[in-house]
Amino acid sequence: MVSIMGNRRFDLENELSHDIEPPVILLENVCKEYGDGMQAIKNLNLEVKKGEFLFVVGSSGSGKSTLIKMLLKEVSPTSGKIYVLGRDLGKLHHNAIAKHRRNIGTVFQDFRLLPDRTVFENVAFAQRVIETPMKKIRRDVPNIVSVMGLSDRLDAYPGELSGGEQQRVALARALVNNPVLLLADEPTGNLDPKNSWEIMRLLEDVNRRGTTVIVVTHNREIVDQMQKRVVHLNKGVLANDQKKGGYSYERY
Amino acid sequence: MKGINTSLYGVGQGIKNIGRNRVFSCASIATMAACLFLFGIFYSIIVNFRSALDTAEQKVGITVFFNPGITEEEIGGIGASIRTRAEVASISYTSAEEAWENYKAGLPAEELATFGEDNPLEDSASYTVYMNDVEMQDSLVRFISNLAGVRKVNEEKDLSKSFSVINKIFTTIAVAIVVILLAVAIFLINITISTGIKVRQREISIMKLIGATDHFIRTPYVVEGILIGLIGAVIPSVVMYFCYGGVTRILGENFSSFLSDATFVDTKSVMIVLIPVALIIGIGIGYIGSSMALGRQLKKIEAAGNE
Ligand SMILES: Nc1ncnc2c1ncn2[C@@H]1O[C@H](COP(=O)(O)OP(=O)(O)O)[C@@H](O)[C@H]1O
Ligand SMILES: [Mg+2]
Repeated sequence: MVSIMGNRRFDLENELSHDIEPPVILLENVCKEYGDGMQAIKNLNLEVKKGEFLFVVGSSGSGKSTLIKMLLKEVSPTSGKIYVLGRDLGKLHHNAIAKHRRNIGTVFQDFRLLPDRTVFENVAFAQRVIETPMKKIRRDVPNIVSVMGLSDRLDAYPGELSGGEQQRVALARALVNNPVLLLADEPTGNLDPKNSWEIMRLLEDVNRRGTTVIVVTHNREIVDQMQKRVVHLNKGVLANDQKKGGYSYERY
Repeated sequence: MKGINTSLYGVGQGIKNIGRNRVFSCASIATMAACLFLFGIFYSIIVNFRSALDTAEQKVGITVFFNPGITEEEIGGIGASIRTRAEVASISYTSAEEAWENYKAGLPAEELATFGEDNPLEDSASYTVYMNDVEMQDSLVRFISNLAGVRKVNEEKDLSKSFSVINKIFTTIAVAIVVILLAVAIFLINITISTGIKVRQREISIMKLIGATDHFIRTPYVVEGILIGLIGAVIPSVVMYFCYGGVTRILGENFSSFLSDATFVDTKSVMIVLIPVALIIGIGIGYIGSSMALGRQLKKIEAAGNE
């Protein structure tokens, strides 16, 4: 009797905690209009749960980068609400934006590495910025760089690396602080198929270890093969959201 | 521990910035140094002028004569009233006899004989009042003239009053020149830091992307500005410190007749004020210049992402 009640209570708590835990990302009726009147995002509703792997696809100019920028609070929506890890970005004070971004790793098509610093320094930069003690930096940086398979390039400069290697350095920098969420805006846009796949495999590994990953991409082959959740944007409108989808979808 | 790490990193980056941005940094430092060097020269001139003026002022006295038949006590009372005034430095009494003796000393013997044994200056006992500040002379004369028993007050017209006006004009011009130069220094530091920020715009936007606080981003540039100001202050301070004594000695030797008995204020008294003020101005200007640049440029970088 007692044990049954105990079990039931346990189940209830389990369910509750499952419901209470906020989604990593929640967008409610989000619109973004740029200063010149361009409506980049139109009434977007989207929920991304912890541990998901999500592709965002759509033709050029469909608002994919705008979505990423809004999640980073680089730009603010014109209307609607954005919650990241349960926090309302609209209520984030200027000084809290930096703290908010520390939960998020970012990777871009153009790598965004500092050309005058070594691989080690580029990755360490992400830790210096958040005031990590030097001791931890010396431990963490070689660790993550080795996960990316670049242990022997720690002292190289970005200019001495191939595109794929540069993107792996950028990925190491994005991951060195163990972010909850990883945003990748066309991470393979400048890479050949082999390197593109390598980056995607790394992103999949990262996701398997619990990080929520959102990848904006134009790479049809990769999206089709990986069978992940796919969100289609069309001129700023959410056109389709498939649980295990491909690059194309049937219009109804 | 965290704070110290960050500050050290910021200081290190700030020093590196100066090296990276050599031409502008040097121009800013040179302007700052020239400005504070001029400030030092002006300050030294004004201080010495002021000191010469003080010496001269102490020799300027007001002479106070009394009504005929006044008693010694009444004279004492008048003296006490005068002493209560703040602008009075000292007061001395000259009796009628002393006045006559003084007067006689300046006359040729044959003329002296015509006076016989009489004291023609019988009613010429007087106070001589010395002031702290020659500017206060008018009001003091008015006060003394209104005291009971006072017959006459002689003001001594002296050069020091016009010197004091000259000193004021000179001070005003000097302040204006220094202020203009300081504005130029702020402007140059502003440009130097702005250039540095523009060059590293990419780095700053990456820093923002990975969660750097404004404080973290700003520190290297503030350090850079303050260092420019500080170096620009230290150079003229050192030069002034080692040259002041020599220059005043040479001036004293070559123009001693011209300067009469005026002496220069010693190095220590000048430098104890000049050096701290120069350092504070240097650091302050560096801080203001870099803050202005940061305010503008960081806003621009932010706006670039937004619109
Ligand atoms: N800073 C901006 N100012 C004005 N319009 C912009 C800005 N950024 C993007 N846009 C416009 O918003 C639309 C969506 O852009 P973006 O989000 O970059 O699309 P995507 O990443 O899907 O190619 C485009 O029409 C683009 O021209
Ligand atoms: Mg884009």
